[in-house]
Amino acid sequence: MADRPRIKLPKEAKQGEIIQIKTLVSHLMESGQRKDAQGKTIPRKIINKFTCEFNGKAVFACALEPAISANPYIQFDARVDEAGTFKFAWTDDDGTVITAEEKITLKA
Amino acid sequence: MGAINRRQAFLLGGGLVALTLMPMTADAEPSNDAAELIKKFTGGKEAASGKISLDLPEIAENGNTVPLSLTVDSPMTADNYVKEVLFVADGNPNGGVATLMFSPLSGKAEASIRIRLAQTQNVIAVAKMSDGSLFTERKTVKVTIGGCGG
Repeated sequence: MADRPRIKLPKEAKQGEIIQIKTLVSHLMESGQRKDAQGKTIPRKIINKFTCEFNGKAVFACALEPAISANPYIQFDARVDEAGTFKFAWTDDDGTVITAEEKITLKA
Repeated sequence: MGAINRRQAFLLGGGLVALTLMPMTADAEPSNDAAELIKKFTGGKEAASGKISLDLPEIAENGNTVPLSLTVDSPMTADNYVKEVLFVADGNPNGGVATLMFSPLSGKAEASIRIRLAQTQNVIAVAKMSDGSLFTERKTVKVTIGGCGG
């Protein structure tokens, strides 16, 4: 799980432009439905929450259930009014949080 | 006697398949908690149809990753925007799929995710607007290979 999340967004945008952000994080998303070779249920372990903030303001968030595919891919949009930093966070069932940051500047 | 032997042989051979499929079909027949989840989300209010467009394949070959795209018709301004969108699937072991939370900063009420579907079933989206109005849309997806267990 040590893989860095992959995030795709433009480096710069015009003021007020709506940009598309694509994110992908490596995670098994163990559903809690599968059984191992001994017939025991493999405990659930998923990313249950994803958030995206821009300069401290909430842009998009997502509560995830076991019905989300492995290596969760989330694509959404954001309006850029100013230059700043996007902060992304993925919360695991075990409490660990994977974070990432991406900067964006305004086109002159 | 012969029939039983043949059945036993079949069970032995197809044991793995049977093991993974049985709990799924057992759970799927009486519908899951999808309806309750919607009720909780809407507070019991009726959701109107329209505004939402769902992009889902008609036939999903692999239920493990089914691409799901959502667009809600909304200006996404500070006082008129899509607040939350609930996704449920009525034939999965658990009805919940995801809840998306938008903000005026989202710019567009659009998102794509990839979901797991255990079998052929309906995917239902319910959107809650900033003024409290509710909209819903559903789509049936035929699943060739289930996306849980195995």
